[in-house]
Amino acid sequence: MLNHELINRTLSTAMRTGGEFAEVFVEDKRSSSAVLDDGRVEELTSGRDRGAGIRVVVGDTTGFAHTADLSEAGLSAAAEAAAAAARGGGGGAKVVAVSPIDIERSAPVRIPPEDVAKATKVGLLTLANEAARAQGSAISQVSARYGDSRRRILVANSDGVLAEDDQVRTLFSVSCVASGDTGLQTGRESTGRTVGFELFDEADVEEMGRRSAERAITKLSAQPAPSGAVPVVVGPGGGGVLFHEACGHGLEADLVGKGASVFANRVGEQVASPLVTLIDDGTMAGEWGHFAVDDEGRPAGHNVLIQDGVLTDYMWDQLRARKEGRLSSGNGRRQSYQHLPMVRMTNTYITAGHDDPEAIIADTDSGVYVAQLGGGQVNTATGDFVFGMTEAYLIENGEITDPIREGNLIGNGPEVLTRIDRLGHDFAMGSPGTCGKDGQGVPVGDGTPTLRVTSLTVGGTAA
Amino acid sequence: MGEIPESRRLARRLVSRADVGEQVEVCAGSSVRTEIRVYDGEVESLTVAESRGVGVRVICDGREGLAHAGSWDPDVVDTLLVEARDNMSFAEPDDRVGLAEPDGVDAADIDPWDDRIEATSVDDKVAIAVALEAATRGADPRVRGVRTSMYADSRGESAIVSTAGIDGWDRGASASIGTQPLIDDLDGSTRTGYAGDAAAAPQLLDIEEVARLAVERGVRLLGAGPPTTGRPLVVLEPRFTATILGIVAGMLSGELVVKGRTPFGDRVGEAIATDAVTMFDDPTDPDSLSASAFDGEGLACRRVPLISEGVLQGFLHDARSARGLGVSSTGSALRSVRGTPSPGHRSLSVGPGEGDLDAFIASINDGLLVASLQGLHSGVNAVSGDFSVGVEGVVIRNGELAEPIREGTLAGAIPRMLQDVARVGADLERQPGGILVPALVLDGLTLGGGSGA
Repeated sequence: MLNHELINRTLSTAMRTGGEFAEVFVEDKRSSSAVLDDGRVEELTSGRDRGAGIRVVVGDTTGFAHTADLSEAGLSAAAEAAAAAARGGGGGAKVVAVSPIDIERSAPVRIPPEDVAKATKVGLLTLANEAARAQGSAISQVSARYGDSRRRILVANSDGVLAEDDQVRTLFSVSCVASGDTGLQTGRESTGRTVGFELFDEADVEEMGRRSAERAITKLSAQPAPSGAVPVVVGPGGGGVLFHEACGHGLEADLVGKGASVFANRVGEQVASPLVTLIDDGTMAGEWGHFAVDDEGRPAGHNVLIQDGVLTDYMWDQLRARKEGRLSSGNGRRQSYQHLPMVRMTNTYITAGHDDPEAIIADTDSGVYVAQLGGGQVNTATGDFVFGMTEAYLIENGEITDPIREGNLIGNGPEVLTRIDRLGHDFAMGSPGTCGKDGQGVPVGDGTPTLRVTSLTVGGTAA
Repeated sequence: MGEIPESRRLARRLVSRADVGEQVEVCAGSSVRTEIRVYDGEVESLTVAESRGVGVRVICDGREGLAHAGSWDPDVVDTLLVEARDNMSFAEPDDRVGLAEPDGVDAADIDPWDDRIEATSVDDKVAIAVALEAATRGADPRVRGVRTSMYADSRGESAIVSTAGIDGWDRGASASIGTQPLIDDLDGSTRTGYAGDAAAAPQLLDIEEVARLAVERGVRLLGAGPPTTGRPLVVLEPRFTATILGIVAGMLSGELVVKGRTPFGDRVGEAIATDAVTMFDDPTDPDSLSASAFDGEGLACRRVPLISEGVLQGFLHDARSARGLGVSSTGSALRSVRGTPSPGHRSLSVGPGEGDLDAFIASINDGLLVASLQGLHSGVNAVSGDFSVGVEGVVIRNGELAEPIREGTLAGAIPRMLQDVARVGADLERQPGGILVPALVLDGLTLGGGSGA
């Protein structure tokens, strides 16, 4: 993306005023999307973003500048601006020479999305729309979205690291509105993987259309969710987002370092039920949060955060790891070249247990079964969270019975970890997500087996 | 501004390349941003950067295609028209699709610009963030740290030019601060607070007040436990009125009406709220940081009445939604260079009622003063208006503030909630984004929590 000589000169410029560490991050991202709404293919959009972000670290201060101008003049100006922002003391000249690092890469993309005709992509939208509408006249609205992106990055730093990655992601979603006596209800289905158009070898868009329609129709007959503390069984793949939000964020070294995490100073302690092993794994080929190289030039890692209930480690980026004299865990990520990297999750999941999922439900007298959680919010300092339930049912006498709607799960992440008393031998990854932190969004995956939380507060609308 | 800005020249140049029978609209903008984060008295990060963007929309025979780029480099920009045309060929025609036509409404004389943002040195901006952190730490002995103390500003300009005769340019600038204290709770756990401010210039930011508020908001939740399930009167400070009414205004988008996705679609002229409720969108209010001369399609922004004394007046429209209902655009198109326009509110205002927050609290036997709302983006069914959100707050008992609660939920339905607005406050408070709203008291919401049935 840039020649090595230009990179070396840019890094030298960035280090000229006494920087201790400098980094050039170059990104070239192309994206395309198509939207069908109200029975019509509404819009196709193509996007191109290209530029470089340069950071210079002096002591505890990071200076950062970015530019869309990748010429030598543009890069040099950004390097000087970043160095000035970091307020270097004016040390001697430093010569930087970068060389590529060895990185293990997953299988290459089989069908690059740019090689697929737009008509083929648009055709998927139409298929999903027709399949959803065929579920009955109760379906009053269908919208479907196709999106792909190719993100090429290059990272080089004053430690001599040079790494490149080529990240292709493909996404498809269907949303339905059903109307009936209880008003309007919605259902959604989405899939996204770090692969090319071969996503659709396994993802059946008609099936997705049918399932999102069924979700909406089911909710028409759903009763308002009850309120109160009850046992909650979370289905496979349905609740990973809860552990991402309510536990994962608290294990990010930047928040830990500021004392803004409930997990600070607790490595080695029992923080969860002994059943729980929590892993963050950027190496999971094809998953939505996968990459070969993170946005700081480190290879993706397989990081065990909690082993059998004991806190083993946090997730690290370059900055925090340098301070601790250790290596980054490959969790330094950023939304784009216009953003500073920070500690971010990749694919975060709870490993499978030994219980029969059916037995977990059968052993629950009364409670709530959550098939799919929606978006949520967490206070990482306290672990308090709120999540919407997009598909949930009552459990009565050990059986899943009526669907419920408009409910939230409210609780505290660390408390939930200690209250997991059953873990199924099944496992599934959940829907592709975008994790937001300090205003930056990055793609993440999550997963769980079927599991039971002994008590969790459901906030519903039932009087 | 004697010289024509580069964004406007770029937009005009691209529009001039339109083919016969083709509508082309180009939106181009640039911004300069400074962001300073301070931790423990030191600058943690300092970002100084300029961004550019351009979006091209091509329309022909009711079909629409888009292309955008984060660069004004000729090799990138030159491909946009071709890309947008190609995209257009795969879209299906819709007679609502078309550019906004100039409607003769003059743009308000608004120039939300203050030279002091550019003139203030980086050192002085750093000093603001450092002072904010120090003030936050000093506001209460229980503050044990500050997660982030931040100063940010941005100056932006954008042009919108189209073959329909639109040729607008405007600019805006604002500065903001925010601080998040970490506070020791009684049981040794950590609570947080947050407050922020935004203004047209760094010198207008109220550092002391932001620090005080951030800490007060955290401190008043110390010792909070789960709530008792019930139906208290819910008291909203103006910042939460802004949040809730923002959701209401979102449901008054003309596009949702056209697509049958709002419960208010067929209710113009009807009382959808108690008669104490008057709400309008006024992007021409020069005191609002969200004021703007032009909307996202280049039409003049204007005051749009939404609810008058409880009666629904109409909806927020862009050109497309207006065509769908056979009305005129209200100049309410929002857009970024990355997407198509869609109608929405910029600067909501509410008509004043009677009484203030203290009087409301004093008059309530069983109530809840809201301290935070969580999960709003996931907990509201925008189609039906049903909502269930997480809540923290302070119980009101016999006219006085009592114990704090957390991990509660607040549930109801927007249409019903508007009919249950018990009180509208007299004092309008400007929110950092520009929204001008009073305190509210809501009846009929359900508070749920851990100790409920």
